[in-house]
Amino acid sequence: MVDFEVGLGAYLSVAAIVFAIGMAGIFLNRKNVIVILMSIELMLLAVNINLVAFSQFLGDLTGQVFAFMVLTVAAAEAAVGLAILVAFFRNRGDIAVDDASLMKN
Amino acid sequence: MSIAGFAFLVFSFTIIASALMVVASKNPVHSVLFLISTFIAAAGLFVLMGAEYLAMVLVVVYVGAVAVLFLFVVMMLDVDFVELKQDFLQYLPIGGAVAVLVVVELIMVVSVWAFPSDADLALAHPSPTAAQTVADPNGPTNIEAMGLILYTDYVHYFQIAGIILLVAMIGAIVLTFRTREGVKKQDAAAQIGRKREDGVELVDIPTGQGLS
Repeated sequence: MVDFEVGLGAYLSVAAIVFAIGMAGIFLNRKNVIVILMSIELMLLAVNINLVAFSQFLGDLTGQVFAFMVLTVAAAEAAVGLAILVAFFRNRGDIAVDDASLMKN
Repeated sequence: MSIAGFAFLVFSFTIIASALMVVASKNPVHSVLFLISTFIAAAGLFVLMGAEYLAMVLVVVYVGAVAVLFLFVVMMLDVDFVELKQDFLQYLPIGGAVAVLVVVELIMVVSVWAFPSDADLALAHPSPTAAQTVADPNGPTNIEAMGLILYTDYVHYFQIAGIILLVAMIGAIVLTFRTREGVKKQDAAAQIGRKREDGVELVDIPTGQGLS
Protein backbone atom coordinates (compact mmCIF):
# COMPACT_ATOMS: atom_id res chain seq x y z
CA MET A 1 0.00 0.00 0.00
CA VAL A 2 1.18 3.51 -0.72
CA ASP A 3 2.71 5.30 2.21
CA PHE A 4 1.12 8.66 2.68
CA GLU A 5 1.44 11.54 5.08
CA VAL A 6 -1.85 12.69 6.58
CA GLY A 7 -1.87 16.34 5.69
CA LEU A 8 -4.21 19.25 6.09
CA GLY A 9 -5.97 18.42 2.83
CA ALA A 10 -7.04 15.00 4.08
CA TYR A 11 -8.72 16.44 7.17
CA LEU A 12 -10.36 19.23 5.20
CA SER A 13 -11.68 16.70 2.67
CA VAL A 14 -13.24 14.55 5.41
CA ALA A 15 -14.83 17.67 6.88
CA ALA A 16 -16.13 18.70 3.44
CA ILE A 17 -17.71 15.29 2.91
CA VAL A 18 -19.36 15.32 6.35
CA PHE A 19 -20.64 18.85 5.72
CA ALA A 20 -22.13 17.78 2.39
CA ILE A 21 -23.77 14.74 3.99
CA GLY A 22 -25.32 17.02 6.58
CA MET A 23 -26.58 19.34 3.87
CA ALA A 24 -28.03 16.44 1.87
CA GLY A 25 -29.68 15.22 5.06
CA ILE A 26 -31.64 18.46 5.34
CA PHE A 27 -32.86 18.01 1.76
CA LEU A 28 -33.72 14.32 2.11
CA ASN A 29 -35.44 14.43 5.49
CA ARG A 30 -37.23 17.70 5.03
CA LYS A 31 -40.30 16.47 6.92
CA ASN A 32 -38.54 15.09 9.95
CA VAL A 33 -37.34 17.87 12.24
CA ILE A 34 -35.34 15.55 14.48
CA VAL A 35 -33.17 14.31 11.62
CA ILE A 36 -32.81 17.90 10.38
CA LEU A 37 -31.45 18.88 13.79
CA MET A 38 -29.05 15.94 13.65
CA SER A 39 -27.92 17.04 10.19
CA ILE A 40 -27.19 20.50 11.58
CA GLU A 41 -25.10 18.86 14.30
CA LEU A 42 -23.18 17.00 11.58
CA MET A 43 -22.49 20.25 9.73
CA LEU A 44 -21.28 21.94 12.92
CA LEU A 45 -19.03 18.94 13.57
CA ALA A 46 -17.54 19.34 10.10
CA VAL A 47 -16.82 23.01 10.85
CA ASN A 48 -15.15 21.98 14.09
CA ILE A 49 -12.95 19.48 12.28
CA ASN A 50 -11.93 22.26 9.89
CA LEU A 51 -11.10 24.66 12.73
CA VAL A 52 -9.05 22.10 14.64
CA ALA A 53 -7.24 20.99 11.48
CA PHE A 54 -6.25 24.56 10.60
CA SER A 55 -5.29 25.21 14.22
CA GLN A 56 -3.05 22.16 14.29
CA PHE A 57 -1.36 22.63 10.93
CA LEU A 58 -0.83 26.36 11.44
CA GLY A 59 0.43 25.75 14.97
CA ASP A 60 -1.95 28.31 16.47
CA LEU A 61 -4.26 27.50 19.37
CA THR A 62 -6.81 30.21 18.54
CA GLY A 63 -8.65 27.85 16.23
CA GLN A 64 -9.20 25.39 19.04
CA VAL A 65 -10.62 28.15 21.25
CA PHE A 66 -12.97 29.02 18.41
CA ALA A 67 -13.96 25.36 17.99
CA PHE A 68 -14.73 25.37 21.72
CA MET A 69 -17.13 28.29 21.19
CA VAL A 70 -18.77 26.54 18.24
CA LEU A 71 -19.25 23.50 20.44
CA THR A 72 -20.91 25.62 23.14
CA VAL A 73 -23.30 27.23 20.69
CA ALA A 74 -24.08 23.86 19.11
CA ALA A 75 -24.99 22.42 22.50
CA ALA A 76 -27.22 25.41 23.28
CA GLU A 77 -28.82 25.17 19.84
CA ALA A 78 -29.57 21.48 20.30
CA ALA A 79 -31.17 22.11 23.70
CA VAL A 80 -33.36 24.98 22.50
CA GLY A 81 -34.21 23.23 19.22
CA LEU A 82 -35.37 20.09 20.96
CA ALA A 83 -37.34 22.14 23.49
CA ILE A 84 -39.13 23.92 20.64
CA LEU A 85 -39.75 20.53 19.04
CA VAL A 86 -41.31 19.16 22.23
CA ALA A 87 -43.51 22.26 22.61
CA PHE A 88 -44.55 21.98 18.95
CA PHE A 89 -45.40 18.33 19.35
CA ARG A 90 -47.55 19.09 22.40
CA ASN A 91 -49.50 21.69 20.46
CA ARG A 92 -49.93 19.79 17.20
CA GLY A 93 -49.48 16.12 18.03
CA ASP A 94 -47.14 15.87 15.05
CA ILE A 95 -43.72 17.11 14.01
CA ALA A 96 -44.17 17.46 10.24
CA VAL A 97 -42.33 20.56 9.05
CA ASP A 98 -44.96 21.35 6.45
CA ASP A 99 -47.46 22.20 9.17
CA ALA A 100 -45.01 24.49 10.92
CA SER A 101 -45.49 27.33 8.47
CA LEU A 102 -48.06 29.10 10.62
CA MET A 103 -47.26 31.22 13.64
CA LYS A 104 -50.53 30.25 15.33
CA ASN A 105 -51.78 26.95 16.61
CA MET B 1 1.67 2.70 6.28
CA SER B 2 2.21 4.55 9.51
CA ILE B 3 -0.03 3.97 12.51
CA ALA B 4 -1.24 7.57 12.30
CA GLY B 5 -2.18 7.11 8.65
CA PHE B 6 -4.02 3.89 9.41
CA ALA B 7 -5.86 5.49 12.35
CA PHE B 8 -6.81 8.43 10.17
CA LEU B 9 -8.27 6.09 7.55
CA VAL B 10 -10.24 4.14 10.16
CA PHE B 11 -11.61 7.24 11.88
CA SER B 12 -12.48 9.09 8.70
CA PHE B 13 -14.16 6.05 7.19
CA THR B 14 -16.18 5.62 10.39
CA ILE B 15 -17.17 9.28 10.38
CA ILE B 16 -18.34 9.25 6.77
CA ALA B 17 -20.16 5.91 6.96
CA SER B 18 -21.90 6.84 10.22
CA ALA B 19 -22.84 10.27 8.92
CA LEU B 20 -24.41 8.63 5.87
CA MET B 21 -26.38 6.30 8.12
CA VAL B 22 -27.55 9.22 10.30
CA VAL B 23 -29.16 10.70 7.22
CA ALA B 24 -30.34 7.49 5.61
CA SER B 25 -31.58 5.21 8.37
CA LYS B 26 -35.33 4.73 8.69
CA ASN B 27 -35.48 4.62 12.47
CA PRO B 28 -34.51 7.89 14.24
CA VAL B 29 -33.18 5.90 17.20
CA HIS B 30 -30.65 4.32 14.85
CA SER B 31 -29.87 7.79 13.52
CA VAL B 32 -29.01 8.96 17.03
CA LEU B 33 -26.82 5.93 17.67
CA PHE B 34 -24.95 6.53 14.41
CA LEU B 35 -24.60 10.19 15.42
CA ILE B 36 -22.88 9.00 18.60
CA SER B 37 -20.58 6.83 16.50
CA THR B 38 -19.77 9.84 14.31
CA PHE B 39 -18.90 11.97 17.32
CA ILE B 40 -16.65 9.32 18.85
CA ALA B 41 -14.78 8.86 15.57
CA ALA B 42 -14.43 12.66 15.28
CA ALA B 43 -12.99 12.68 18.79
CA GLY B 44 -10.46 10.14 17.52
CA LEU B 45 -9.54 12.48 14.68
CA PHE B 46 -9.10 15.34 17.18
CA VAL B 47 -6.73 13.20 19.26
CA LEU B 48 -4.86 12.38 16.08
CA MET B 49 -4.49 16.11 15.40
CA GLY B 50 -3.27 16.76 18.93
CA ALA B 51 -6.38 18.52 20.23
CA GLU B 52 -6.90 16.25 23.22
CA TYR B 53 -8.95 18.73 25.20
CA LEU B 54 -11.52 19.25 22.45
CA ALA B 55 -11.66 15.50 21.86
CA MET B 56 -12.63 14.88 25.46
CA VAL B 57 -15.10 17.78 25.44
CA LEU B 58 -16.63 16.29 22.30
CA VAL B 59 -17.09 12.92 23.99
CA VAL B 60 -18.46 14.40 27.23
CA VAL B 61 -20.69 17.13 25.79
CA TYR B 62 -21.85 15.64 22.52
CA VAL B 63 -22.04 11.94 23.31
CA GLY B 64 -22.92 12.42 26.97
CA ALA B 65 -25.37 15.29 26.72
CA VAL B 66 -26.52 16.24 23.22
CA ALA B 67 -26.92 12.74 21.80
CA VAL B 68 -28.68 11.50 24.93
CA LEU B 69 -30.98 14.53 24.72
CA PHE B 70 -31.80 13.56 21.13
CA LEU B 71 -32.43 10.00 22.26
CA PHE B 72 -34.83 11.15 24.98
CA VAL B 73 -36.79 13.34 22.58
CA VAL B 74 -36.97 10.65 19.88
CA MET B 75 -38.29 8.15 22.39
CA MET B 76 -40.66 10.64 24.03
CA LEU B 77 -42.43 11.78 20.87
CA ASP B 78 -45.06 9.39 19.64
CA VAL B 79 -44.69 10.01 15.91
CA ASP B 80 -45.10 7.75 12.91
CA PHE B 81 -41.58 8.05 11.53
CA VAL B 82 -42.23 5.77 8.57
CA GLU B 83 -44.73 8.29 7.24
CA LEU B 84 -42.19 11.09 7.63
CA LYS B 85 -39.68 9.09 5.58
CA GLN B 86 -41.90 8.76 2.51
CA ASP B 87 -40.53 11.69 0.54
CA PHE B 88 -36.97 10.42 0.95
CA LEU B 89 -36.53 9.09 -2.58
CA GLN B 90 -38.38 12.02 -4.12
CA TYR B 91 -35.73 14.46 -2.91
CA LEU B 92 -32.77 12.13 -3.42
CA PRO B 93 -31.77 13.53 -6.86
CA ILE B 94 -31.64 17.19 -5.83
CA GLY B 95 -30.19 16.49 -2.40
CA GLY B 96 -27.54 14.20 -3.83
CA ALA B 97 -26.70 16.67 -6.58
CA VAL B 98 -26.24 19.52 -4.12
CA ALA B 99 -24.11 17.34 -1.84
CA VAL B 100 -21.85 16.17 -4.68
CA LEU B 101 -21.52 19.75 -5.93
CA VAL B 102 -20.50 21.02 -2.49
CA VAL B 103 -17.97 18.20 -2.00
CA VAL B 104 -16.40 18.78 -5.41
CA GLU B 105 -16.20 22.54 -4.85
CA LEU B 106 -14.72 22.27 -1.38
CA ILE B 107 -12.17 19.64 -2.37
CA MET B 108 -11.17 21.71 -5.40
CA VAL B 109 -10.58 24.64 -3.08
CA VAL B 110 -8.63 22.47 -0.64
CA SER B 111 -6.43 20.95 -3.32
CA VAL B 112 -5.10 24.25 -4.68
CA TRP B 113 -4.95 26.10 -1.37
CA ALA B 114 -1.72 26.51 0.60
CA PHE B 115 -0.51 28.38 3.63
CA PRO B 116 1.28 31.62 2.77
CA SER B 117 5.00 31.38 3.38
CA ASP B 118 4.93 34.06 6.06
CA ALA B 119 1.99 32.57 7.98
CA ASP B 120 4.24 32.06 11.01
CA LEU B 121 4.41 35.80 11.55
CA ALA B 122 0.66 36.02 12.12
CA LEU B 123 0.44 33.37 14.82
CA ALA B 124 -1.42 34.67 17.85
CA HIS B 125 -0.91 31.71 20.19
CA PRO B 126 1.64 29.16 19.00
CA SER B 127 0.59 25.72 20.15
CA PRO B 128 3.01 23.07 21.38
CA THR B 129 3.66 20.69 18.51
CA ALA B 130 3.81 16.95 19.01
CA ALA B 131 7.59 17.00 18.61
CA GLN B 132 7.95 19.68 21.30
CA THR B 133 5.72 17.76 23.70
CA VAL B 134 7.79 14.62 23.21
CA ALA B 135 11.07 16.51 23.57
CA ASP B 136 9.99 18.30 26.74
CA PRO B 137 7.53 16.17 28.75
CA ASN B 138 7.25 18.84 31.44
CA GLY B 139 6.26 21.54 28.97
CA PRO B 140 2.66 22.69 28.52
CA THR B 141 0.32 20.04 27.17
CA ASN B 142 -2.58 20.85 24.88
CA ILE B 143 -4.97 21.23 27.82
CA GLU B 144 -2.57 23.47 29.75
CA ALA B 145 -1.92 25.62 26.71
CA MET B 146 -5.66 25.94 26.08
CA GLY B 147 -6.27 26.92 29.68
CA LEU B 148 -3.51 29.48 29.59
CA ILE B 149 -5.14 31.39 26.74
CA LEU B 150 -8.82 30.56 27.39
CA TYR B 151 -8.81 32.15 30.85
CA THR B 152 -6.63 35.12 29.91
CA ASP B 153 -6.88 36.42 26.36
CA TYR B 154 -10.27 34.87 25.66
CA VAL B 155 -11.85 35.25 29.07
CA HIS B 156 -14.66 37.42 27.71
CA TYR B 157 -15.49 34.85 25.06
CA PHE B 158 -15.48 32.25 27.80
CA GLN B 159 -17.95 34.24 29.88
CA ILE B 160 -20.14 34.94 26.86
CA ALA B 161 -20.22 31.17 26.26
CA GLY B 162 -21.44 30.76 29.81
CA ILE B 163 -24.17 33.34 29.28
CA ILE B 164 -25.23 31.59 26.06
CA LEU B 165 -25.56 28.33 27.94
CA LEU B 166 -27.53 30.03 30.72
CA VAL B 167 -29.93 31.63 28.23
CA ALA B 168 -30.34 28.30 26.43
CA MET B 169 -31.08 26.56 29.72
CA ILE B 170 -33.69 29.13 30.75
CA GLY B 171 -35.18 29.08 27.26
CA ALA B 172 -35.48 25.31 27.20
CA ILE B 173 -37.12 25.27 30.62
CA VAL B 174 -39.56 28.07 29.74
CA LEU B 175 -40.47 26.41 26.43
CA THR B 176 -41.23 23.01 27.91
CA PHE B 177 -42.75 24.19 31.21
CA ARG B 178 -46.46 23.63 31.56
CA THR B 179 -48.93 23.58 34.40
CA ARG B 180 -51.00 20.45 34.21
CA GLU B 181 -54.73 20.70 34.89
CA GLY B 182 -56.36 18.37 37.36
CA VAL B 183 -53.23 17.13 39.08
CA LYS B 184 -53.87 16.47 42.79
CA LYS B 185 -51.08 17.78 44.91
CA GLN B 186 -50.62 19.29 48.31
CA ASP B 187 -51.11 23.05 48.64
CA ALA B 188 -49.55 23.96 51.95
CA ALA B 189 -50.62 27.62 51.85
CA ALA B 190 -54.26 26.67 51.35
CA GLN B 191 -54.07 24.16 54.17
CA ILE B 192 -52.53 26.61 56.62
CA GLY B 193 -54.83 29.43 55.56
CA ARG B 194 -57.95 27.37 56.21
CA LYS B 195 -60.20 28.90 58.90
CA ARG B 196 -62.70 27.29 61.20
CA GLU B 197 -65.57 29.03 59.39
CA ASP B 198 -64.56 27.43 56.06
CA GLY B 199 -64.80 23.90 57.34
CA VAL B 200 -67.38 23.81 60.10
CA GLU B 201 -71.03 24.65 59.76
CA LEU B 202 -73.37 24.65 62.74
CA VAL B 203 -76.93 23.79 61.87
CA ASP B 204 -79.91 24.03 64.19
CA ILE B 205 -82.15 21.09 63.46
CA PRO B 206 -85.73 21.28 64.75
CA THR B 207 -86.62 18.23 66.76
CA GLY B 208 -88.54 15.55 64.89
CA GLN B 209 -88.06 16.99 61.36
CA GLY B 210 -84.57 15.90 60.37
CA LEU B 211 -82.50 17.41 57.59
CA SER B 212 -84.16 18.09 54.28
